[in-house]
Amino acid sequence: MMNKRLKEKAGFGALAVLTFLAVVPVLAIIGYLVWQGWPALTWEFLTQPPRKFLTEGGIYPAIIGTLALTVGTIMVAMPLGIGTAIYLVEYAGENVFNKLIRIAIINLAGVPSVVYGLFGMGMFVLTLGLGRSLAAGALTLGILTLPIIISTAEEALLAVPDNYRYASLALGATKWQTVRRVVLPVALPAILTGTILGIGRAAGETAPIMFTAAVVYTPRLPDSIYDQVMALPYHLYAISTEVPNVSQHMAFGAALVLLAIVGAMNLVAVVIRTRMRLKRLR
Amino acid sequence: MCDKNKMETRNLNLYYKGFQALINVSFPVKENTVTALIGPSGCGKSTFLRTLNRMNDVIDGTRIEGEVLLDDENIYDAEVDPVVLRKQVGMVFQRPNPFPMSIYDNIAYGPRIHGRKNKDELNEIVEKSLQAAALWDEVKDRLHKSALGLSGGQQQRLVIARVLAVDPQVILMDEPASALDPISTAKLEDLIHQLKSSYTIVIVTHNMQQAARVSDFTGFFLNGEMIEYSVTNTMFTAPRVKQTEDYITGRFG
Amino acid sequence: METRLSNYYEKGIKYFFGLIAGTSILLLFLIFSLLFREGLGVFSNVGVMDFILGTRWLPVSETPFFGALPMIIGSIIVTLGAGMLAIPAGIGIAVYLAEVAPRSVREVAKAVIELLAGIPSVVYGFLGLTVLAPVIKDLLNLPSALTAFTAALVLAIMALPTVVSISEDALDAVPRDYREASLALGATKWETTVKIVLPSARSGLMAASMLGLGRAIGETMAVLMVAGNAMIIPHSIFDPVRTITASIAAEMGETVQGGLHYQALFGLGVVLFTITFVINLITDLIFTRTSSVKRGTSL
Repeated sequence: MMNKRLKEKAGFGALAVLTFLAVVPVLAIIGYLVWQGWPALTWEFLTQPPRKFLTEGGIYPAIIGTLALTVGTIMVAMPLGIGTAIYLVEYAGENVFNKLIRIAIINLAGVPSVVYGLFGMGMFVLTLGLGRSLAAGALTLGILTLPIIISTAEEALLAVPDNYRYASLALGATKWQTVRRVVLPVALPAILTGTILGIGRAAGETAPIMFTAAVVYTPRLPDSIYDQVMALPYHLYAISTEVPNVSQHMAFGAALVLLAIVGAMNLVAVVIRTRMRLKRLR
Repeated sequence: MCDKNKMETRNLNLYYKGFQALINVSFPVKENTVTALIGPSGCGKSTFLRTLNRMNDVIDGTRIEGEVLLDDENIYDAEVDPVVLRKQVGMVFQRPNPFPMSIYDNIAYGPRIHGRKNKDELNEIVEKSLQAAALWDEVKDRLHKSALGLSGGQQQRLVIARVLAVDPQVILMDEPASALDPISTAKLEDLIHQLKSSYTIVIVTHNMQQAARVSDFTGFFLNGEMIEYSVTNTMFTAPRVKQTEDYITGRFG
Repeated sequence: METRLSNYYEKGIKYFFGLIAGTSILLLFLIFSLLFREGLGVFSNVGVMDFILGTRWLPVSETPFFGALPMIIGSIIVTLGAGMLAIPAGIGIAVYLAEVAPRSVREVAKAVIELLAGIPSVVYGFLGLTVLAPVIKDLLNLPSALTAFTAALVLAIMALPTVVSISEDALDAVPRDYREASLALGATKWETTVKIVLPSARSGLMAASMLGLGRAIGETMAVLMVAGNAMIIPHSIFDPVRTITASIAAEMGETVQGGLHYQALFGLGVVLFTITFVINLITDLIFTRTSSVKRGTSL
């Protein structure tokens, strides 16, 4: 009996240590990033274009480029993703077409980001002739984000009790009236949470935009969707591998800003979700 | 009490994925009366109720044979739009299901989807419906608060008010009191009595005392068949069929 | 008349959403056909076997060679290495969180894991390059720490959140009755976990592992930054390697559209797409099996 107990203590104890060992160093490294990057975050760094082959100046065009790409991604992925989820949850029965849609979504979710990059380049940059541009990058990132948005929106719609749908239909509402006036408003916070999480992921992607939208250096801010842009993730890649003589703290500064943008999006999503939970408890 | 059949089913059969849930049911619903449907769980009384406003259409795999008449028109005819039908035949569900909106918006939901936009008109409909559902005095000061803050009994009356707001002719109630406490149940039964003068009501209930208290006619269902139909008093004092007697005296079910 | 019109309107809306949903099929088809269209040239010019099994990749030399084997091996080594680290660790962490951790620890750990999952891969690559690699270099006394080992370690950290959260879901889905039955027979919690809970969650844990591997093999930026990118077949885990993804990312900028090098990179895309497609298929099969099992027990 003693032996059994000892074995149990040792087993679970080892797992606790493992969890600690896996999580703490990673958090420490991120802490180090914040510590190293913090001094670089000056007003000039955030609002000026880079100078002298990216070794001096700021990252303003990269920040703007990433924000522009993010807005574009939302415009591509949100209508398609939410529309698909509405179809799957509210309209689709069981037939071959719907099965195919599900298989396609599962497989799209597994396609590596660099393959999306290849596709974006072949399709949007070359075949459709958009060139290396904001539009091509946003379309590529939008498609990459689509599966995440579909699956979270689908979950959100499934979580709406059927009671609401029945009540609305029994009052003589049509299906679409029911979806638009009852189901969507109830599901909206959860849909937004998922969408923001998905878009946050897209904002940090590098491989899909490096052949479709991003350039190492341009002092110009984009003024049309056909312009090429700087983007933070690609900028970070470039200054930490390809561009010589970039000071350590500028690279850490760029990494910290990227992390902050992505983190801020996640934070917004979490806040929406928490408020939703509290509301439900009340 | 007049003798006109507001609704009527003729030789109604309903199949659900190969299983026959209703067998040859012919059943009258008289205008401006309360008709109760009783029977053990799974006997088909709720399914039958849902054929009366085509809510079974929502479930995949159901198939119907026979006729369901509303004012002598078959509601399963190809020209009949279930959406229009459900405006005429409203439904109250087992669990109170107010939408997560304000009390006002819950009541105004039906009129709005049917095209009423005028504010004064909506205000009037909301007040009238809540009064008719005996809820106005309890909620008139918090019309714009969430309907989810109401008690279970209040929610169920709110749901009835919501049905009244689309001005139906028939109201179907599927065990409307099963989630309510005795006081709320009594209030609901009073309400059903009052509504009878203007509406035709069909109520499914588990509770035979309730059937006896609120209804004028009662139908007894067993295994998908309508076993007996008669005036409620007769049914509970002198049932004609042995199975009915067994059920109402509590020998099974 | 009004009825008819509104019916057409409703039908129209249904078809509209059907059309939107259909874009997913169209997109998958487009990705598939575009990769093949652009990559086909290399398969016919170099030959499928020479492309996949060739050991020399010299795309810009006088007589170019397009043998992808070093990269295929590089991808496999790095992915398996990451899997060997991330799968046991991830499942172990999931067991700790699902079975023993106090509620507060569990909540905090879940938030941290979600946070880690949200960090962009280029940031992982940057940290691997500037923080982790120097430490590994000193610790193991290597000439350079940009090796398959470092890449596997970084990938393992990146795959961990996926493995942990899906494993945890799988453990949560094991019915409480099983645990209680085992405990009531006098088994300790540890014995119950090892002998009852883990086997019951087996297919969910397998799916978690597959998804973790899928995540690792498709990962690009971090690997590009820390794996060393040498175009050789590695002899040990401490050699630098170059993966399929890294080659595409690193070389695409230098190619001419339609040229053989360009086609070769799309050919690599086809190989990668095929590998992930197969991994997805397996995962999907496992998932359908688990969900049918779940349905069976809940009825």
